[in-house]
Amino acid sequence: MASTDALIDVRNLVKHFGSVIALSGISMTVRQGEVMCLLGDNGAGKSTLIKTLSGVHKPSDGEFLVEGEHVNFTSPRDALDAGIATVYQDLAMIPLMSVTRNFFMGREPTKGIWPFRYVDFDHCDEVTREEMKRIGIDVRDPHQAVGTLSGGERQCVAIARAVYFGAKVLILDEPTSALGVAQTSMVLKYIHQVRQKGLGVIFITHNVRHAYAVGDRFTVLNRGKTLGTFDKSGIQIDELQNLMAGGKELQSLSNELGGMV
Amino acid sequence: MAHLEQPTAGGPAAAVETPRDERLKAASLATRLMRRPELGAAAGLVLVTLFFLSTADPSMFTLAGVMNILTPSSQLGILAIAAALLMIGGEFDLSIGSMVAFSGLIFGCFLLLVGLPLLPAILATLVAAAFLGGINGQIVIRTRLPSFIVTLAFLFILRGLSLVGLKWATGGSTQMRGIGEQAGEGIVREMFSGNALEGLFAWLAANDIVAKFPNGVPTVSGVPVSIIWFVLFTAFATWILLRTKAGNWIFAAGGDANAARNSGVPVDRVKTSLFMLTACAATLVAVLTVLDAGSTDARRGFQKEFEAIIAAVIGGCLLTGGYGSAIGAFFGAIIFGMVSIGLTYTRFDSDWFQVFLGAMLLLAVLFNNFIRKKVTGER
Repeated sequence: MASTDALIDVRNLVKHFGSVIALSGISMTVRQGEVMCLLGDNGAGKSTLIKTLSGVHKPSDGEFLVEGEHVNFTSPRDALDAGIATVYQDLAMIPLMSVTRNFFMGREPTKGIWPFRYVDFDHCDEVTREEMKRIGIDVRDPHQAVGTLSGGERQCVAIARAVYFGAKVLILDEPTSALGVAQTSMVLKYIHQVRQKGLGVIFITHNVRHAYAVGDRFTVLNRGKTLGTFDKSGIQIDELQNLMAGGKELQSLSNELGGMV
Repeated sequence: MAHLEQPTAGGPAAAVETPRDERLKAASLATRLMRRPELGAAAGLVLVTLFFLSTADPSMFTLAGVMNILTPSSQLGILAIAAALLMIGGEFDLSIGSMVAFSGLIFGCFLLLVGLPLLPAILATLVAAAFLGGINGQIVIRTRLPSFIVTLAFLFILRGLSLVGLKWATGGSTQMRGIGEQAGEGIVREMFSGNALEGLFAWLAANDIVAKFPNGVPTVSGVPVSIIWFVLFTAFATWILLRTKAGNWIFAAGGDANAARNSGVPVDRVKTSLFMLTACAATLVAVLTVLDAGSTDARRGFQKEFEAIIAAVIGGCLLTGGYGSAIGAFFGAIIFGMVSIGLTYTRFDSDWFQVFLGAMLLLAVLFNNFIRKKVTGER
C-alpha cells in the first residue's frame, strides 16, 4: 500500500562513523500530505538520519528511495534538486542579510546574458512580500534584515522559502524548540497549512505535545533503531512519551513527580 | 492554491493596509540610510573634507591637489575593495601587501628574463597571482585554520620570496630596473601608466574650464590611470555585490557559512575566488606602480595589507564578515589618501597621520557595531 504515494521510503538505513554506529537499520516512509513526526531522545540518531536524508551524509548501507526511485545524494544540493528541503533549527537564515536575500539565497533567479547576468531584486522583493503575506507575516520592508524578525517568523520564512522553491518533502529540524508559546503555534499552524498543500513533512522534535498537535504518524527512534511507527489514532500522547524516553524508567519517575514529565 | 481563504479577507485588508504602508515608508528613510554600510565612511569623508577646508592651504582642493590625493587613494583603494569583498565573504588576507611586491617581481621576471611582451606579461602575472591566491584559499578551507594565521604566514613568505627572488634575478640587488624601457610604448602601456583623458583636459583648458599654464597647457594634463582603474573596480565590485548571484553568495558565505552551505551556496568556491581576487587586485596595483616607477623593489606594498583592511573597516565592513560595501571601501581609501597627503598642506606635523589612522579605525569599528545592532535588532 505504501509505495504508491510514498515520497520518501527508507529501508534498513545504516550509517557508521568510523567505529560508531549512528544508525543501525532505520525504516520509515513519508507520504504526500502528511506530517510524519520523528521522535527520539538525544543520541537516538535523529540528526544523523535527517542529515542523511538531506544529502549531508552518505548512508553506509540500506535503501533510500524518493518517489519510488533509488537515490544516491552526494551533496545537499542533490537533495534540494530532488525536492527534499531541510530547515535547520538555527542554521537556516543569515541575520545580517535582508529577508529577500535570505529567501532567494542559493537560488537567485537571474536575468540577462553572461557576463552581464544579474539578479532581478525588485522581482525578488515582490515575491518575498507576497509569499510572506500568504502565510500571514507582514514584511513591511523586504530589505529589512532577518535579524529583526522573531524566531517564529524566521522559521516561517525558512519554510516558506522551501515551499516556494518546489520542495516535495520538508524536513523540519526542531523548528519549535527555541520558541515561545505564541510563536510555536504560529509555526505549527503553518506546518498544517503546508500539509494541506500536499507536501510531505518530516517534523523532528523533542516535544511530544508539539508533535501530537500536528502529526499524522509518529516514528520513534532509539539508539539508532526505529522502535516503531504509529498512526495518530493508534497511540496516546503519554504512550509516545514513554516510548521516546526508552520505556519504564521515565514512567516511574513520572509517577514520583506526580505525572508531569 | 491561489485562493487560501484570501478572497474574503482581501478587500477590507487591502483598504486598511494602504495608508499604513505609506506611513511606514515615510518613517523608514532614516532607517534606510542607516542600512547603507557606507554611511559611516561617507560621513567621515565629509568631516575630513570640512577639516581640511578649514585648516589646509587652499591649493589642496585645486584640481592638481585633488589628483595628488586621489593617486595614492586609488592604489590603496584597489586593494581595499578586494579586501572588503573578502571581508564580507568572512575572511582576511594579510598577504595582500607582500603580494604586491611579489607580483612586481614576477611581472619583472616575465618582462625582463622571459622576454614576454607587456600584455602577455601582465596576463601571466595575473594567472600566477590568482594561483597563489587560490593556494591561500585552499589552505584556509581545507585546514579550517583562521585566514588571519594562514595569510600572516604568507605575508612573510611572499615578502621573503620577493627579496630572495629579486637578488637572484638581478644578481644581488633588491631592486629590478629597466622594466619601464622593456615594457615599451603602445596602447597597453597607456592603459596601465601615465594619464588618461588628456584630450578632454586639453579641451577643457582651451575653453578655460580648468586651470592652464600661460602657454595654454592644462596644469593637470589628465587623470592618472590608477584613478580610472579605481573607479571602474569600485563600480564592478558594487555591481557584483548588489546585483548578482555571486554577490549574494559572498554575503551569505560571510554571514553564516553553514547556513549558506545548507541553502546550496558553494561557500568554498566563493571564498577561494575571493582570495584569488585579492591576489589579482594586488597584481593590478603592482603593475600600475611598477610601470609608473619603471622598476620594482622588495618594499613595494609594504604594510598595505593593514591600510587596505583599515580602509575597508572605515568603509563599513564588519570584521566578522557578512556585511559591508565596496563603495564604503572606496570612501575609506579616499579618506586615507586625503589625510596622508592633506596633512602636508596644513601646519600640522604630518606624523600625526598614524595617530589619526588609529583613532579613525577605532571610531569606525565602534560605529559599525552600533549600526549592526540597529540593523539586525540585536539587543
